[in-house]
Amino acid sequence: MHVLEEGRGELIQVPDIEAFREWNRTRKSRRLEDKRMTEQEAIRAFVTDGCYIGTELYGTVRCPMSLSREVVRQSPKNLRVAGQGVLELDLWLAAGLVEALDITYIGLEVYGTSHVLRRAVESQQVKRTAEWSNAAISWRLKAAAMGIPFLPIRSMLGTDTFRYSAAKVVEDPFTHQKICLLPALILDVGLIHVHRADRFGNAQIEGISGFAFELARASKRLIISAEEIVETEQIRQYPDRTIIPYYLVDAVVHAPFGSHPGEMVYVYARDEEEIRAWVEASQTVDGASGYLNRFIHSVPDHMAYLNLIGEERLAKLRGEAERR
Amino acid sequence: MTADYSATEMMICVTARIMQDDSTAFIGTGIPMLAASLAQRLYAPNLIPIFEFGGTGAQLEQLPRAVGEARTFHRAVAASGICDIMETAQRGFIDYGFLGGAQIDMYGNLNSTVIGSYYPPQVRLPGSGGGNDVGSLCWRTISVMRHDKRRFVPRCDFVTTPGYLTGCGAREAAGLPRNTGPIQVISTLGKMGFDVGNTYRMTLEAVFPNITIQDIIENTGFELLILGDVETLDPPTAEELRILREEIDPDRLYI
Repeated sequence: MHVLEEGRGELIQVPDIEAFREWNRTRKSRRLEDKRMTEQEAIRAFVTDGCYIGTELYGTVRCPMSLSREVVRQSPKNLRVAGQGVLELDLWLAAGLVEALDITYIGLEVYGTSHVLRRAVESQQVKRTAEWSNAAISWRLKAAAMGIPFLPIRSMLGTDTFRYSAAKVVEDPFTHQKICLLPALILDVGLIHVHRADRFGNAQIEGISGFAFELARASKRLIISAEEIVETEQIRQYPDRTIIPYYLVDAVVHAPFGSHPGEMVYVYARDEEEIRAWVEASQTVDGASGYLNRFIHSVPDHMAYLNLIGEERLAKLRGEAERR
Repeated sequence: MTADYSATEMMICVTARIMQDDSTAFIGTGIPMLAASLAQRLYAPNLIPIFEFGGTGAQLEQLPRAVGEARTFHRAVAASGICDIMETAQRGFIDYGFLGGAQIDMYGNLNSTVIGSYYPPQVRLPGSGGGNDVGSLCWRTISVMRHDKRRFVPRCDFVTTPGYLTGCGAREAAGLPRNTGPIQVISTLGKMGFDVGNTYRMTLEAVFPNITIQDIIENTGFELLILGDVETLDPPTAEELRILREEIDPDRLYI
């Protein structure tokens, strides 16, 4: 196949499909084992300096926020990150944990541009960036989930998004048309927050599934946090709801309100007041570090964080949840 | 008669009026969400809004603040995931894509990545998100954005999302799907189109009430083509404004 164009972006995580197969054969247990851990144990065990990490979905929607805050508490260095994010990646960038970004979108949605991202990239604190579209990041994970080294797609073509990516354009050997090839993206660690999981890691999600299916299957180590830990019998009653089977999972963390201040559909609504507090605080370096101190470093764990937010507020968010 | 309204409200109403009933429309964050909600109530009850993280066919009773939140699949026909949505677009099932951006050029290319050089940038913006995919894969794209010289530029500092790239034939030459591209730009001053089949450059189609052609020319950083009569659009109706202010955005997040 003839390569016609190459993006000049760096391939921040080089996929090795054979090694991934071997990893899945030798390093992922098929035994039904109790994988429950505290968030401290799970992050300490799997999130290491320099590792390539990804979170699913994003900041304000079913996001592993309690795990993301624990990452900030433990402060691993030089993280390489798949950057589809809102609040969670803002926190990591503000804490100075990120060295390299495969970026598709980091911003504050309704509230505009991320000041933290601006400071981190404009000051070159983040040393390497490569551009992708949202579909491209998800399809790169999908390629890894399929166990193939690359996936042909029809977006990215003709743009600077392609030119600053690590994708390539080739002539399709079947139709002789130009097509963009995305390299598979195999994560060292993935973090996903779900509605329910059993102690082995069988996990179920309500509502849209974002890219949980793909990210779970593209991760060498997978940490699940769950609103609720249920008996396996409940999983077996509704196996069609299982999006992540246990053998993909390395740690199960019980985290009620684990997506706070984001929402968890049918369980609680997003906490607009708290989201706005970050939007305000993150405008300045001092504001951001004050927020990190108050809501992360000054509380030992997620339960203490929830106490800080307060039961009254949490009850209100439960009451505002989307109903079926 | 309606009393006062803002340019943003006018922009939302014009966008809602062009949304087609029984069509599929990829809806980006912000103004397109308000327009889709207004369109469902007044002009296109069977509009199928599609959101990138999986919501298909929601009834937009409340304004979504994020492209993945519960309101993007409230009473929807399906709640799937991003790969399904993007593959649906890639298969040719999504008629319209509604987008925003920080900069737009005469070929409808959009920038939402950086101002200045790439690295280190003068201003780092959020990045493509789903924008590049929408502009590549939907049949027709419509951009909605504020109108001033900083935004309507001769050349985008960075082409995040493809319009007609460098003009006639450029999308096809790049390998993008055939017969796709931008058809309209709704701004805070008027409605633009494109000289499709010829130069593929942006054209001026209509102005908002109390806005002159000269106002638009002065606020555009490149030469807009004027190929026919430029009409003046009707202001928002009392009903459009009432629904917008009382039902869709009572918290005034956008308006």
